Amino acid sequence: MRWIRRHFIGFIAILVLVYLFVPIAVVAVLSFNNPEGKYNTRWNEFSFDAWTNICGVPGVCDSFVISVRIGIISTLVATILGTMIAFGLVRYRFRGRSSTNLLIFLPMATPEVVMGASLLALFLNLRFPLGEMTIIIAHIMFTISFVVVTVKARLQGMDPGLEEAARDLYAGPGATFRFVTFPLVAPGIAGAALLGFSLSFDDFIISFFNAGTVVTFPIYIWGAAQRGIPVQVNALATLVFMIALAIVLITQLVGSRRRKMLEQEISRKSSSVDALVPKS
Amino acid sequence: MGERLQRNVEDLHLSNLTKKFGDVAAVDDLTLTIPAGSFFALLGASGCGKTTTLRMVAGLEDPTSGRIAIGEKDITALRAFQRPVNTVFQSYALFPHLDIFENVAFGLRRRGIKKVEPAVNAMLELVELAPMARRKPTQLSGGQQQRVAVARALINEPDVLLLDEPLGALDLKLRRQMQIELKRIQTEVGTTFVHVTHDQEEAMTMADTIAVMNAGRIEQLGDPASIYELPHTVFVANFLGQSNLFAGTRVATNPGMLEVLANGVKFLVPTARNSAPGDEVIVGIRPEKMTVLDIPDREKVPSGNNALEGRVVDVSYAGVSTQYLITLAWGQNITVFEQNVVVGDRSSVGDQVLVHWSPEHTFGLAGGETLLATTAQAIAAGV
Amino acid sequence: MVAVVPTSSAKGAVVTRRKSRTGYFLLLPGMTWLAIFFAIPFVTLFMTSLQAPVPGKSGQYTPAFQLSNYPDALAEYWPQFLRSFIYAGIATVLALLIAYPLAYFIAFKAGRWRALMLVLVIAPSFASFLLRTYAWKTILADEGFITTFFNYLHLLPDDRILNTGIAVIAGLTYNFLPFMILPLYAALEKIDPRLLEASNDLYASAFKTFRKVTWPLSLPGVVAGTLLTFIPAAGDYINSELLGSTKDRMIGNVIQTNFIEFRDYPTASALSFVLMAAILVLVFTYIRRAGTEDLL
Repeated sequence: MRWIRRHFIGFIAILVLVYLFVPIAVVAVLSFNNPEGKYNTRWNEFSFDAWTNICGVPGVCDSFVISVRIGIISTLVATILGTMIAFGLVRYRFRGRSSTNLLIFLPMATPEVVMGASLLALFLNLRFPLGEMTIIIAHIMFTISFVVVTVKARLQGMDPGLEEAARDLYAGPGATFRFVTFPLVAPGIAGAALLGFSLSFDDFIISFFNAGTVVTFPIYIWGAAQRGIPVQVNALATLVFMIALAIVLITQLVGSRRRKMLEQEISRKSSSVDALVPKS
Repeated sequence: MGERLQRNVEDLHLSNLTKKFGDVAAVDDLTLTIPAGSFFALLGASGCGKTTTLRMVAGLEDPTSGRIAIGEKDITALRAFQRPVNTVFQSYALFPHLDIFENVAFGLRRRGIKKVEPAVNAMLELVELAPMARRKPTQLSGGQQQRVAVARALINEPDVLLLDEPLGALDLKLRRQMQIELKRIQTEVGTTFVHVTHDQEEAMTMADTIAVMNAGRIEQLGDPASIYELPHTVFVANFLGQSNLFAGTRVATNPGMLEVLANGVKFLVPTARNSAPGDEVIVGIRPEKMTVLDIPDREKVPSGNNALEGRVVDVSYAGVSTQYLITLAWGQNITVFEQNVVVGDRSSVGDQVLVHWSPEHTFGLAGGETLLATTAQAIAAGV
Repeated sequence: MVAVVPTSSAKGAVVTRRKSRTGYFLLLPGMTWLAIFFAIPFVTLFMTSLQAPVPGKSGQYTPAFQLSNYPDALAEYWPQFLRSFIYAGIATVLALLIAYPLAYFIAFKAGRWRALMLVLVIAPSFASFLLRTYAWKTILADEGFITTFFNYLHLLPDDRILNTGIAVIAGLTYNFLPFMILPLYAALEKIDPRLLEASNDLYASAFKTFRKVTWPLSLPGVVAGTLLTFIPAAGDYINSELLGSTKDRMIGNVIQTNFIEFRDYPTASALSFVLMAAILVLVFTYIRRAGTEDLL
């Protein structure tokens, strides 16, 4: 009874984690399905076809490539612009700080459908042709805020004493940035870029409003949902999921191994220091 | 390190240095010469302007007015990275992404020196960290990080090394160790060390000259013993160690000795030890200079000694000494430290006692302002 | 929203902000982008919401000041509006109930598994949002295990889950769950476990410790999490479209179909504008009530 009580919360926690992965398991399992009709929602029989012939359905891989391209371009621009803003906000004084903060916060608090609709209203009014360009513009817009928040946190968490130390040690402004500031903020920027890419790659609502005739991967899925999603889509999504998970797990693993080594070293050190210091 | 001792080190001059943040002067018209090769401590409570002074010397803060010079060379307008001055930061500010070797080599590399290995290795030897060269700062203990910070600054052979509360983050035992270590290093390299601290004991142990700072100004300057034995202001008397103070009025001036009447008690103060210009004199005495006697032993008081009667309200035994808290007739509490030379034989709470001390330890301070206010200010600033 | 990320600056360090033109230069490009493609669109959205149709030509509108578009749109679509807020509200509460134990476990009990568990919380987002939602069609299918089980207990009013409001709420809850877990975790992680021990010592009961210490201290995370879940859920139309029937349409569906299919731009714009305004009002009153304005 006590055992159950002590582990109850852990049990619930694991259930919740499992719950988070149930739909993904379904997607992955159905990528090996050979569906009976056109809708790939029920298990029929095992098949490798989707995996061996992953671009076998017209449009799937094209849309995938378009999404990757849009993701890379918009992430690149948004990361640069967002990082600049983060530096400006943390390092400089200027007028209009609170309205700047508001303009950065609001895109994160706006439902996508409103952002998509309002941007479409702009493009329609300007008679700006819809296409890959408008999707990229939209993606940069909603990614910037997330980049700013991520990089800003990293910058604020940095000891300003480090840059002072660099200046004290004969590093001019350029050298300080190159040898101290940038290497220290880089992990934050990389994290922001990864987040930005995943937001852009997976975005449907805003893209759908501003896509015109361009078909991104999510738009392809949306369209296919009406007439049955090809198994290849499941295979591609599973592949993307596995690759992303692998990247994150590997970086985590490397990071945690390094951390663990540090912790061991430190605990050994501090215990030997403790041994020297008589307890008062 | 030998040739470093031969190096021509020059004095650091601060002239009329002022730094204002808004309307508040953090450093107020400071003029000071720090002799070459000295271990100099800027002692004061937080907010007294000592760190601001240090940062101005480092070039991390621009003075509102005034001049900073090393020898004849004015460095006021130079940027931090152009000054022959290096700093050991309070948080050490070691670069977490670089290993110990690269941290120490940083300054040399920025100055375009290609072959850094010999110098870095020699410096790591000096601070006894050679085996740690390829570790990251987070893998070191506090004391080791501290030594890296010192090495990283010293390797550049600065004219002046600035230390900003360098031992603040260490525990007591380690702090003692590092105090000795830093003194050793300073003696070995002969560079001028300017050490900012709020810890009076640390300042006294390490420095050969102390400047006590308060409210942006220097209250008193001198070697540790002379400042301690003969404070010139109420602030110094209370900030550097403890003092018992009695506000009174000069009633007579005998050859070499003045008589001050405070609360109806007459005190003798050597003329040479009085810094009060007028008739308002605050009489001061350090707690360990006083002796406690039982009332019946009155005849044991040497003639000419100052003496007071009071009641013991607290006794705390602290190993080396016993601290008495004694309430005087007019309600003032004084503190007396008595060396535990004899076992037993201590006064206890409630005892009426006689406290006496030789006039030669007594000092006179300028009165005028109310004693309590300045004392409170000093205590608030100090603790 | 910012609460997801630790923002405390390094201890004891003084941040000096320089005043120089460089600051403006750094901000200018990004902020201009946000101004042109986020702020100005709201102006055009508002203008569009007041346009009048060109008689005889469907899908064409002329600039006007037809304020009546607003009451007209609301009169026609208030049920969807209401439904959006109800569905999003229920989904938010459910997500809070589901997320709290997991966030609590990761913050206090996970030990060396903490980093891995956090990765697992984020990982589902690596799989396509649409496909994950679509997968619920399989999980909640009429002849599926879950529907059969609940039917056996006679708990389902329509004898099915798929194509009902229940499925839509289930989808919303699932999809925005990570947005609830992460801020909750960030807030819980900041609590010193010794506080909980001290409280266990003082109050003795685990429930009281939770009510008097853990819950109040986790409130910033609760506020951030509920907002991050509620806002996208209220504007979502994918769950309703894929998992619900035409009776379960939300305001997002209406905006989308009016904009893209019916080309009734004024109505869709008016609805978007009202949705945004309603959400902002909700957010700010909620934050004020919860007393956590510093979240912004």
